[in-house]
Amino acid sequence: MAANQDTFARLQQDILLLQGFKPASNNVTNWHGLEQIKTAFPNNIFPTGAIHEFFCTGQETVSASAGFISGILSSLLTQQGAIIWISTGKMIYPPSLKAFGVNPEKVIFIHLKNEKEKLFAMEEALKCDAVTAVVGQLNEISLIESRRFQLAVEHSKVTGFLLRQNPRNQMTSCVTRWQITPMPGEGNDGLPGLGFPKWDVQLLKVRNGKQGRWEIQWQSGKFVVTPKYNFERELVRKIV
Amino acid sequence: MEKRYVAIWFPHLATDWFEQQRPDLKNNAFVLSAATHGRMVITAANPLAQQLLIREGMALADARAICPSLQYFDDKPGLASQLWQRIAAWCIRFTPTVALDPLGGILLDATGCSHLWGSEEAYVLDIINRLKARGYQAKAAMADTIGAAWAITRFGNEMIVEKNKQLGSLISLPPEALRLDENTIARLHKLGLSQIKSLVTIPSASLRRRFGPLILQRINQMMGKEPEFIEPIIPPEPYQVRLPCIEPIARIEGIEIALHTLLQQLCERMQKEGKGVRTANFKGYRVDSKTVGIQISTSKASCNVKHLFHLFEMKLSALEPDLGIELFLLEATNVEDYTPAQEEFWKESPALNDQHIAELIDRLSGRINPDAIQRYLPAEHHLPERAFKKAGSLTEQSTTQWQTNKPRPILLLEKPEKITVTAPIPDYPPMNFRYKGQFHKVVKADGPERIEQEWWIEEGEHRDYYTVEDEQGCRYWLFRAGHYDEEKKPYWFIHGFFA
Repeated sequence: MAANQDTFARLQQDILLLQGFKPASNNVTNWHGLEQIKTAFPNNIFPTGAIHEFFCTGQETVSASAGFISGILSSLLTQQGAIIWISTGKMIYPPSLKAFGVNPEKVIFIHLKNEKEKLFAMEEALKCDAVTAVVGQLNEISLIESRRFQLAVEHSKVTGFLLRQNPRNQMTSCVTRWQITPMPGEGNDGLPGLGFPKWDVQLLKVRNGKQGRWEIQWQSGKFVVTPKYNFERELVRKIV
Repeated sequence: MEKRYVAIWFPHLATDWFEQQRPDLKNNAFVLSAATHGRMVITAANPLAQQLLIREGMALADARAICPSLQYFDDKPGLASQLWQRIAAWCIRFTPTVALDPLGGILLDATGCSHLWGSEEAYVLDIINRLKARGYQAKAAMADTIGAAWAITRFGNEMIVEKNKQLGSLISLPPEALRLDENTIARLHKLGLSQIKSLVTIPSASLRRRFGPLILQRINQMMGKEPEFIEPIIPPEPYQVRLPCIEPIARIEGIEIALHTLLQQLCERMQKEGKGVRTANFKGYRVDSKTVGIQISTSKASCNVKHLFHLFEMKLSALEPDLGIELFLLEATNVEDYTPAQEEFWKESPALNDQHIAELIDRLSGRINPDAIQRYLPAEHHLPERAFKKAGSLTEQSTTQWQTNKPRPILLLEKPEKITVTAPIPDYPPMNFRYKGQFHKVVKADGPERIEQEWWIEEGEHRDYYTVEDEQGCRYWLFRAGHYDEEKKPYWFIHGFFA
């Protein structure tokens, strides 16, 4: 039986490899606290060189997702590196990225209105292996286009993030699908004020991994999973 | 455009150089000599020696007989021509077209250059004075033709010959001014034709019969009736390659091959010269004698065939071959120095100044509006919408720090939007607000953070910013414009969304 387990584990590894999940070839050493949710991912590693999809509903959830993505970017972005951020309007406020550990000078913003142009820019950026990560605020994307993105990143090892607001098509080939909702922050030991940004992070889909739901806050330059809240009993919260 | 030429002549080039090396020689008569046919012959004499009637070509022994105190030195072979070429290269500062005069001296094509010095006199004087400052005696003159300028420099006294007035200044010059061989000149003198004046009145047919066609050509060149060309020392070579086709090309595959061939030729040359393309034109000359073309530009000088080809490829559909293109022409209109970066085998961490990122930006700006691609640097302003500025280039460094001590929203509305609020007491955050028809009850709030208007840029009310959180946990950035006032209710705005 033990031998079978071993065989299964090995086969599982092989399948993962074939599906584009390379073992820890990336040298991200400091995940800024994201290790706490790593059990959800295949090989216990946050999949870099893949496309991550974030579902948003309004400006509030877009900003929460942007904050969460910036936190991840800060781990991906080593001393040198570049990020391409394709946005719809000039909404992302560059100075605020600094609070999430991303140097705004390393981000090249591309402000586009036309969805077709955004798709073109996103694909070109994902193909360029000199880029660390690409964030795209793309609402509508078809299965074929998401396949193209996935093929591009498998070759270039760029990590892609898609911010999708009220998407109609939910059939995509993205590796993960997230939903980030803002949560009421906890004051610092009962002190007045807002406290740290806090999110209800739902991992709705992850290929070859486990779904999950955490309460994460961004605190002093890293993610902190606060275990107080138990989502298992709670019904799915209404999103604003 | 009417041409203007300057001829420069150095009467004592080699001796000037010797005087520079040994300033004590300035007050002495000295000559340079070299051995020819078993005797020492003077090759150059300084002005003091020339006053003693010592001439070039004289035997050194004769000269010493005339002047026993004459100092003499061995001439350095090739010295004069070396100096001559060096000064010609230096003269590039006056005009881009500098040529060596085969008879010794320098010719400048000064067309359209002298206005930078104010006037033609100032231009020629500057040349003479600058050469003098370097220790070289020079004579220079400006005229409409090379022949006239050359003649005036050596045999005339004027500095500027007015436009179309060369005949008056030239007719009294000796026939030597015509740049003819010695035999012809000797024969002219023998015939009593000691001035150009007497030559120009003779019918050209008789002149040709007696002295050959050269004399007519020289006279015509001097008068501007026949063109004369000079060979610049630095030939301006345009970065241009062309590909004529035997058969007209009308298919995209053919055009692609032509483009690739031309790019390879151009890039090979640029690579050797350490240059890179900033803008380039690809033109096709069609059978129906029309020209079609496309243009590309890069954000960083590049001589990468693949990259440039890709940039052109995106625009190739705009090139209409119609019945076919006979001649392809590729020209780099803007060229910059290019320092090739060493290729890395194992790239650890890509950087912004990476060639690949510059190429990516080029590819993107080929299709989308280049203004849409932006990078931001911090700016020293408190007002949030002015706290950052557009970076001029991919590698521009910031001069200040990003401010992180104050909370700033991750999404900032381009223009603050008006909201209706219920605010209890002056300077307290609102209890609730309504934005886009949605009612938000404020649970927690931080603030206020007062940001004053920058009066030197814009007049207006100051802003009191509050960070508020509603029941759902969504965080907003609101502000009240101006002071709280009982009579005039201040307006409230929403300006951003926190993460």
